[in-house]
Amino acid sequence: MASEDINRVVGEIGLRHGRERWRLMDIVRDVQERLGAVGPEAVDAIAGWLGIARVEVEGVVGFYSFLSSGQRGRVVIRLCDDVIDRMAGYDAVRAAFEGALGVKVGETTPDGEFTLERTACIGMCDQAPAALVNDVVVTNLSSDKARVIVRMLRDQKDPSKLVHRFGDGNNSHPLVRSMVENNLRKAGPIVFSGQTRGEAIRKALAISPAEVIRAIKTSRLRGRGGAGFPTGMKWEFARAAAGDRKFVICNADEGEPGTFKDRVLLTELPDRVFAGLTIAAYAVGAAEGIVYLRAEYAYLRRFLEQVLEKRRADGLLGRSVCGKPGFDFDIRIQMGAGAYICGEETALINSCEGLRGEPRNRPPFPAQRGYLGCPTVVNNVETLACVTRILEAGPATFCERGTHQSSGTKLLSISGDCTLPGVYEVDMGITLREVLELCGGEDAAAVQVGGPSREMVGPAEFHRTIDYDDLATGGAVLVFGPDRNIVEIVSAFMEFFVHESCGFCTPCRVGTVLLKEKLDRVIAGRGEPKDLEDMLELAETIKQTSRCGLGQASPNPVLMTLRSFRPVYDALVKPDPHGYRRGFDLQASLREAERVAGRGSQQHQEGVP
Amino acid sequence: MSDRFTITVDGREIPAAPGQTILAAAQASGIYIPRLCHMDGIEPVGACRVCTVRANGRVVAACTQPATASMVVQSQTDELVSWRRQLVEMLFVEGNHFCMFCEKSGSCELQGLAYRLGIAAPRYESIWPRREVDASHPDIILDRNRCILCGRCERTSRDLDGKHVFGFVGRGIHKRLAVNARARLADTGADVTDLAIGACPVGAILRKNRAYRTPVGDRPFDREPIGAPVETRAELTINGGPAS
Repeated sequence: MASEDINRVVGEIGLRHGRERWRLMDIVRDVQERLGAVGPEAVDAIAGWLGIARVEVEGVVGFYSFLSSGQRGRVVIRLCDDVIDRMAGYDAVRAAFEGALGVKVGETTPDGEFTLERTACIGMCDQAPAALVNDVVVTNLSSDKARVIVRMLRDQKDPSKLVHRFGDGNNSHPLVRSMVENNLRKAGPIVFSGQTRGEAIRKALAISPAEVIRAIKTSRLRGRGGAGFPTGMKWEFARAAAGDRKFVICNADEGEPGTFKDRVLLTELPDRVFAGLTIAAYAVGAAEGIVYLRAEYAYLRRFLEQVLEKRRADGLLGRSVCGKPGFDFDIRIQMGAGAYICGEETALINSCEGLRGEPRNRPPFPAQRGYLGCPTVVNNVETLACVTRILEAGPATFCERGTHQSSGTKLLSISGDCTLPGVYEVDMGITLREVLELCGGEDAAAVQVGGPSREMVGPAEFHRTIDYDDLATGGAVLVFGPDRNIVEIVSAFMEFFVHESCGFCTPCRVGTVLLKEKLDRVIAGRGEPKDLEDMLELAETIKQTSRCGLGQASPNPVLMTLRSFRPVYDALVKPDPHGYRRGFDLQASLREAERVAGRGSQQHQEGVP
Repeated sequence: MSDRFTITVDGREIPAAPGQTILAAAQASGIYIPRLCHMDGIEPVGACRVCTVRANGRVVAACTQPATASMVVQSQTDELVSWRRQLVEMLFVEGNHFCMFCEKSGSCELQGLAYRLGIAAPRYESIWPRREVDASHPDIILDRNRCILCGRCERTSRDLDGKHVFGFVGRGIHKRLAVNARARLADTGADVTDLAIGACPVGAILRKNRAYRTPVGDRPFDREPIGAPVETRAELTINGGPAS
């Protein structure tokens, strides 16, 4: 495309979003969608429009997986390659796509029609293997389906035509029209309780903000993203913080592999989530709210916009919410662009400001200085749904469930080797064994609770409980049967962390790469007992010295399994009977030397068949 | 400003002020906490993690963590020194570092720190990344092979030079130093007199035509180890001499 055309497109998109620096994410996303890339000319045009340095724009484009400076195909097929999808047949599906398209993962077809990519968890583990075709989700893939998809895309050119049968509930809503299934297996009494629209807000507005905070504190609600910070306390900090302008943000960027419960909440109960955000705004004194929606869930965007529009029409958003004078509040949706790290609240705030999604230093905490330097509360989708129920039914109803330290219920996203994968609302404090009975995963040899960031648990520990005192989790439960290879799962998890590291600090950026290399050497049978000790030391250093939660959690797959599944590793690192160093690959070293010398050694040549 | 207070660093009681970081308070009292991504005069960000200490038991970056009254800081413990050594080794294997013919040898902070921490050779395998060299500018050379992604040039250019010549692209292990032009440093507003050009702790950003001017033996870290100026000042203070 000619430069003047690119300038014109950027100009049109810029006009839609305005000239504020923090609209950068929206602008680059739209440019990517229109032009198939944010190339050098577009970068210049965007930088000119916003009046910022072009290297800032380039930095953002290069940070997010869904943005690209190089030209992508008109249709981008992103195959989800998380562990569960691999178990469900990712390799065959990938091969089928590669065969049908004639390109490898990471490449674009010569006609510029298709780009094939891999992507981290897209939140469809209960219907894996899955992929995104532009914004359209395709699930339960097989190699046959892959070939059919490519044929249909070639014939019809329109990814939305791929969906013939809609999923249950709102997945068939005219603005969603998705084949995604909710797989809601167990609806509990808190989050998925009967819905009375507007009731919670009216009850909240009838009491003072301080009383709302007291109700949340009485309920002992803690953050459902997994970290478990007391919600009432977070609100209190933000309320007390100085500043006329405050923000509340809903973190809808569940990216922990194996997590998909927020997707179901947003599909079926968006009103309860938005109500929770409105109550949070009232409590802390915010007039502006943001829902940070992960790029993988872009297919829900128009639907969610319509829900917001309806709430405005019904007086549940806008000026004087529910007729309460002085309480004005509205919500906008901020799209992400493919970065797991943006689930971390300060990285999320940076992303909302149109910056690279790198976490910030704390202090200051977001409640003191967050979005645009203003006091900001960031809450998880599920936390906000709990808030709505607490205001509706009273804190006592909430506390009746769960344990003292972990009150209420928890949504679990269960996937892997079980008969009933899907979303479960269970009481906090449930044992892992009970969970496995619910989902038909009694044969499990290992369960990853909380996704790669957290803990791998073996059968001897299935009596452990899901709550903040024991197995704290954002809700991901990945079930692995007896035939699964633990160390390969660990390697896949490490690959995820290597890919999703923001690269800001040394231990997470470099350490994870080194740790994965060592692990892979052990898996390949080239490890020595000392390698396991080295891995422990390296893992500990990464855990202790990394700057944010992602880095600190990134060595957990190795650390946790070296503790709970040590025999698996020991079996891989038997000392060499001849006393040779198993880590040294003589043939590979010879090849390297030959490559440098530009010729092969005679002996080595003879050794090669 | 509100009242000053004291903290202890490795058992020594030192004064600190509200808002002052642990690193700054320690430095003012002549205690050197190793660091790479931080330099005096720019905003600290805590990227390299080399200044990691324990403050009241918690692991924090000394360059960003504010000191608080009666805080107990540990810096020179076996555990912390071991972590620092590993972090410095990570930075070595991440890039392509050849000290023996690098013109920054002897004044390179990465090398200086490696010597101070007793690193003879990194224990990790080198990653040997492919990185670009940019010699387009008449007075400045940009060799990304030696870049440790500390961001000192970026912050200095933005905050002190008011230019925004440098930035970063990519993510994770693929993160790279970038310049504010489509490709070449020569097309940015970079000038050899920019403070950002002198901000690089390693040999990634260098002024041209200056290489090897200082004979071996006379280079800054030939004369005294990295951090020594901070500590020398302390000795003067202890002996009752001037503090600066």
